Amino acid sequence: MKNGVLTFSSMPSLYSTGVTAGPLEKKKSVFAEQFDKAYEDERCDLSTNEHGHKQLMYDAVMIALSKEKKTIDKIDFFLTGDLVNQMTPSNFTAHELGIPYIGMFAACATSVSSMITAALLADAEQARWLIAGSSSQHNAIERQFRYPLAYGSQKGATAQWTVTAAGAVLIGQHKEGNPSICCATVGKVVDMGMTDPLNMGAAMAPAAMETLSCHLKGHKKTIDDYDTIITGDLGSNGFKIFKALANENGLSHTKNFRDAGEEFYGNDPSFNAGASGSGCSAAVFLSDVYNKLQKREYKRVLLIATGALLSPLTYQQGDSIPCIAHAIEVTMDGVSVY
Amino acid sequence: MEQEKYAHLEKELSPKTPILKNVIKAFLVGGSICLTGQCIALFYITYFDFTERTASNPTVATMIFISMLLTGFGLYKKISQFGGAGASVPITGFGNAVVSSAIEHKSEGYVLGVGGNMFKLAGSVILFGVFSAFIVALIKTILVKFGVVSW
Repeated sequence: MKNGVLTFSSMPSLYSTGVTAGPLEKKKSVFAEQFDKAYEDERCDLSTNEHGHKQLMYDAVMIALSKEKKTIDKIDFFLTGDLVNQMTPSNFTAHELGIPYIGMFAACATSVSSMITAALLADAEQARWLIAGSSSQHNAIERQFRYPLAYGSQKGATAQWTVTAAGAVLIGQHKEGNPSICCATVGKVVDMGMTDPLNMGAAMAPAAMETLSCHLKGHKKTIDDYDTIITGDLGSNGFKIFKALANENGLSHTKNFRDAGEEFYGNDPSFNAGASGSGCSAAVFLSDVYNKLQKREYKRVLLIATGALLSPLTYQQGDSIPCIAHAIEVTMDGVSVY
Repeated sequence: MEQEKYAHLEKELSPKTPILKNVIKAFLVGGSICLTGQCIALFYITYFDFTERTASNPTVATMIFISMLLTGFGLYKKISQFGGAGASVPITGFGNAVVSSAIEHKSEGYVLGVGGNMFKLAGSVILFGVFSAFIVALIKTILVKFGVVSW
């Protein structure tokens, strides 16, 4: 039984990335300097939040392409997703790009699920060039999942702030010296009975733990094999629980663990537990982590993006929050360890 | 891991809601809003031809107008984040719910967007407000009828 464990023998490589972000992220994110483009306006000077959301993704793709001097017609597949109903921002981006498109949905784990699918297509030699990514826009997501933006409701210390950001990565056949994808683990949906949508870190932490265990076991690795194991958007509370779970599972030290959501706004308490959204993990993985790989500060990393698979309807009907986590291993080592 | 065991772990690690702190903040914010309302009511009684009873309508309208401006400038949500129920329960909180929904749904047009969604959050306040007023009035009518209390 594969148990979701995947190995890419051809080791598809990441060639370039494009990360775009909103005005608040430009001002408040600790990663702001590593983003390729930040807008002055939350809607990217367009008429609606959803149009702005689409623009974020579109620009991220174009930036990734321009860095490698590639044109749209060279790209075989475009794989992306977001959190808006029916993923219209991604669909509209795909229409504007005109690249064969597979819409991906794994909530905030989409950044990694799209990279896994892209790696599979590249590994099966069904594509020469692919774009993977994901995005989120604060206003568009907030109105759908929570309240109108200007509505006053008190959020507790475990609540997270949906980021306005998009990340896109150009993936192709293996190239020596580029960060390359050697293996991955597709997660199972885990539901530990958490029901509070303002404490999604606690709902997602067990899913991250499940995927991490599967990955380590399936690929016969230990946490010391990685320079960092970075989760997507558990936030400060979820990350704390995740580390506690890791300890319970016999992973005695967690010093190389990071969480993109916790770090995103530099632990600013006005963002409560930190950042979330499918743009959060994409923006951090494809800026900070990617840059550190290129600078060889990191040689082998494990990206675990986590997603809460809820809708406003399900939690109002009293259902608990099922969550998923997908892991992908990216390395600078040229030769596969297999 | 069992769900129950996890719930226990989660409860242990997640930060506790600072209830006392929140209650004090709610008292201060809610109290300040009511104090402002009282000052406005006195203003209407002193400078215009209103009695204590009739001053409530223009006072409420003025408070909602102020809440509308604060909502539009994005300040009311900041007051609510600090004051919690202290900012939600007074009439200004109701105004905030209506106005924020109206602003939010402007992109879908005036009829289906603004008109259709304006009372999305405030609708339940109206429904249960009217309903509870009806019940209270019914109880009082019965008590008056049996001579327990007078109007």
